[in-house]
Amino acid sequence: MSADGKFGDYGGQYVPEALMPAIEELNDAYERYVLDNEDGFMDDFRARLRDFGGRPTPLQRADRLSERYDREVYLKREDLLHGGAHKLNNALGQVLLAKYMGKERIIAETGAGQHGTATAMACAHLDMPCEIYMGERDINRQRPNVFRMKLNGSEVNPVTVGRGTLKEAISETMRDWATNVEDTHYVIGSVVGPHPFPSMVRDFQSVISEEARTQAREKLGRLPDAVVACAGGGSNTMGAFAEFVDDEETALYAVEAGGSTLEVDEEAGVAPNSASLTTGTEGILHGARTRLLQDRDGQIMESHSVSSGLDYAGVGPELAHLVDTGRVTAVNVDDDEALTAFHRLSQMEGIIPALESAHAFGYLESVAGPDAPDSEEADGLGEYVVVNVSGRGDKDLESAIEETYERDIDIAPNMDEFTGGL
Amino acid sequence: MSLEDAFADGPAFVPYLAAGDPDYESSLKYVEALERGGADVIELGLPFSEPIAEGPTIQNAVVRSLEGGMTPTRFFEFVEDLDVSVPLVCMTYYNLIYRYGDESEAQRASNTSGETVSNGPRPFVEKAAEVGIEGFVVPDLPAEEADPLREACDEFGLDLVFIVAPTTRGERLDRIMEQVSGYVYVQARLGTTGAQSSVSDQTGSSLERLTDYDVPKAVGFGISSGDHAERIVASGADGIIVGSALVDIVAEGHENGDDAETVADRLETLARELKDGAVAGASQRPPHPERT
Repeated sequence: MSADGKFGDYGGQYVPEALMPAIEELNDAYERYVLDNEDGFMDDFRARLRDFGGRPTPLQRADRLSERYDREVYLKREDLLHGGAHKLNNALGQVLLAKYMGKERIIAETGAGQHGTATAMACAHLDMPCEIYMGERDINRQRPNVFRMKLNGSEVNPVTVGRGTLKEAISETMRDWATNVEDTHYVIGSVVGPHPFPSMVRDFQSVISEEARTQAREKLGRLPDAVVACAGGGSNTMGAFAEFVDDEETALYAVEAGGSTLEVDEEAGVAPNSASLTTGTEGILHGARTRLLQDRDGQIMESHSVSSGLDYAGVGPELAHLVDTGRVTAVNVDDDEALTAFHRLSQMEGIIPALESAHAFGYLESVAGPDAPDSEEADGLGEYVVVNVSGRGDKDLESAIEETYERDIDIAPNMDEFTGGL
Repeated sequence: MSLEDAFADGPAFVPYLAAGDPDYESSLKYVEALERGGADVIELGLPFSEPIAEGPTIQNAVVRSLEGGMTPTRFFEFVEDLDVSVPLVCMTYYNLIYRYGDESEAQRASNTSGETVSNGPRPFVEKAAEVGIEGFVVPDLPAEEADPLREACDEFGLDLVFIVAPTTRGERLDRIMEQVSGYVYVQARLGTTGAQSSVSDQTGSSLERLTDYDVPKAVGFGISSGDHAERIVASGADGIIVGSALVDIVAEGHENGDDAETVADRLETLARELKDGAVAGASQRPPHPERT
């Protein structure tokens, strides 16, 4: 990364002028507190991640998956972090930073509700008032998370414009920030947005790969041959990859949501997937130049995924750059494969994963499962694979019932008794 | 006429409408009504799907216009079809400028990699110059990222208007004022666009910070009446920018199913009130503000 926050041609600061002084102030705070550990900020952050968050999370051998895929499969258990997902790493870091900066109010957007939940928890923990913007459609499909945010004392503001998902929620949070910029910090939920957000969020999340790298050394006596993580905006992805980027012997796989199809309906402005690394083109959205799902004019398309946490038309600029340079391989898994993997991990390992994380396991199945063609892709995974379990699936149970019922998933339990939902 | 010339004879009235709101033909009539009402410059919005700097009024205009089929290509046709003589400024978001014409049909056909070849902002600016646009306002493009667009504007003789916010001070202000041409858009208050019932008191201090810069200062964000216009010009503005109050008239006409001529007359009436207010405000200003 260069000093102006560029990753190759990606990144930058494409935001309204009213926000620029706040972004400069944030950049200054990022450099002082996060990069230089001024006032012991990073020590404070790490201590809170341990005591409040429950870090370190385990690196666990998945015995039955190892047998099924005929290689050593290890799980980085971010689902065991407080709140049930990797999101707390970033939310706690940013809310704490806002506190050090003297900000008095926190706002955040949320898609699946995991980032909103993590931010609400961090705000309660650090005594900061908090408002969360969430698309109306997401509110309807993630009700338990809405309740969790409210339990922690946050306000949840529904966003009704557009299709009411993450993209609209980010735009609306930016509008709030532009209005209340002087006393408010915007806790962005992924490695997206204007510099310094992509770098700062990566740094807060990189504790995942820092631990995984040390744990692999201790348990395996070596580094893994591959790390696999799902990718929407890319925060668990960058967190799981960051410390491995310089280890060239470790392959990095970013698994995107292939949705129902990779085909695009340009007329309707709909991409029925969220695979911006796989199918996207270069453009500017929400403060950064990156790869986007957009039509040929540059209008942003509506994305889709069975997992609302991956349902976003853009992706972090650094991840896009790492894919362009060949360091990270972008692959994708469709809704059906992800849902099947959700059931398989639940049955075989006793871990109900988030639908986001299920995509990473769907990839393993597609290249190394019993029905997979003998492909070079499976060789690419090598002998030792670490899969990032970015979150647990409790939040997804209602959608899992609905989506499983609509599909013919042979390993799923008999769905007849669940037709009315939970 | 250049943008700066439009500010030469007294205070300039700069109205905004989203092109194609709610449909192409009505929108042509609405924009032309603004000129009859006394517009000196017209800001024409090319709608982008993620308008992060806009409040609900203009967000809804963007939705109507996009649903009506507006695209960058249609926008340029719209400008050619418009019968107005005052200078036009295109207000849009950077992705549309950046993406325009960035791949020829031939490149597209031979391109199977999924990669695109980007030519940057130049093709958009070239086309804008060809149809007679005089300048740009790009709300998500701060001075730091503006060099490629500034270069293209210089090449084709177009102005690049920058927004100065109430939070803009010191070095940032200098950096913007080095890049700006045509006029500077003084954001009257923090937040997003939208009509307000009172004038922000941040306006006076914003104008004060700009006194030493020799470029016309047009104030926007929240102006909705002749009375606002008068007070803002009296406090030192060289022009006023009004969007949401005019877009409200378009929205109301659309919801009530009023015919385009009636809506155009209402726009002309409000435009005249705003212009008259601005002129009245100018007569209250000291003739030559002292510069230090």
